[in-house]
Amino acid sequence: MKEGYKLIYQKPKTLRKKRMHYCPGCFHATTHKLTMEVVEELGIQEKTIGVCPVGCSVFAYDYMDVDMQEAAHGRAAAVATGIKRMHPDKIVFSYQGDGDLAAIGTAETIHACNRGENFTFIFINNGIYGMTGGQMAPTTLEGQKTTTSPYGRDPKKVGLPLKMCEIVSQFDAVAYVERVSCNTPANARKAKRAIKKAFEYQIQGLGTTFIEVASNCPSGWKCTPEESLEWLKEKVFPYYPLGIFKNPEEK
Amino acid sequence: MPAKGYVEIFVEGCKGCNLCVINCPTDCLALKTSETNSYGLHYAYMRDEDNCIACQNCAVICPDAAITVYKKAS
Repeated sequence: MKEGYKLIYQKPKTLRKKRMHYCPGCFHATTHKLTMEVVEELGIQEKTIGVCPVGCSVFAYDYMDVDMQEAAHGRAAAVATGIKRMHPDKIVFSYQGDGDLAAIGTAETIHACNRGENFTFIFINNGIYGMTGGQMAPTTLEGQKTTTSPYGRDPKKVGLPLKMCEIVSQFDAVAYVERVSCNTPANARKAKRAIKKAFEYQIQGLGTTFIEVASNCPSGWKCTPEESLEWLKEKVFPYYPLGIFKNPEEK
Repeated sequence: MPAKGYVEIFVEGCKGCNLCVINCPTDCLALKTSETNSYGLHYAYMRDEDNCIACQNCAVICPDAAITVYKKAS
């Protein structure tokens, strides 16, 4: 440090030193960082238990310095339910991608939300199966080209993209639903605030909290990180609008 | 006007995604395209050390948490 200067921002201590395996510009890494900043700020590192999915973020337990449990594909919500019921005093979150939460794990997700299980979903929606090489996901936009939809997604054959925030905000037992993104520093700060609020509502025991992060996938979308931000603004935000869908303070 | 702050970039942690460069309001950062780190990736560096305003935008947007920000103590 230079003389006369003070430290104002550094990597959170709850994030391990290990280099993340994510592609350059991936919001998975940003979301890991924001989640761990929240854990550090709330001082709940010793009390937090995370559940990893299968997908790009399968190695999240290598990066987050909290207790973590790996779940079978799509079953993170069921595993988190079990952990929270056995340890009601712990803060539990499941960290899932769209292939995990919205495709193979839709049943677990919907029923955990309907029961109002008191844990937090952190849902990364990048509209593609990133880990397996860019196949079509339930959240792939209409007309978007992927390796399994080379002529663009056809809604007549495979339906329209799933809007998970809109779906889970219909359940009475769900306390807090918000869709955020990390495409600008302002939105990243909002995302951090949303995750913090979700953890605080969970500590108060209000019910399920659900944070969707509208994310990018530069490798899967076959573009640079900068172009992926343009795609987010032009195509993703009109279909998946950012904002709060359910707020316990407005009840 | 003297700089209000400065950033340190952890070269081995940087993947050259360019997000900090395009989000810097005073255009202080740039990607070093002539050199790479040990992973073979270009990395960001502080091009202009006189205009940093310590806004933390680069550090907040950096996916790999490679940026540390210092502010002038007043």
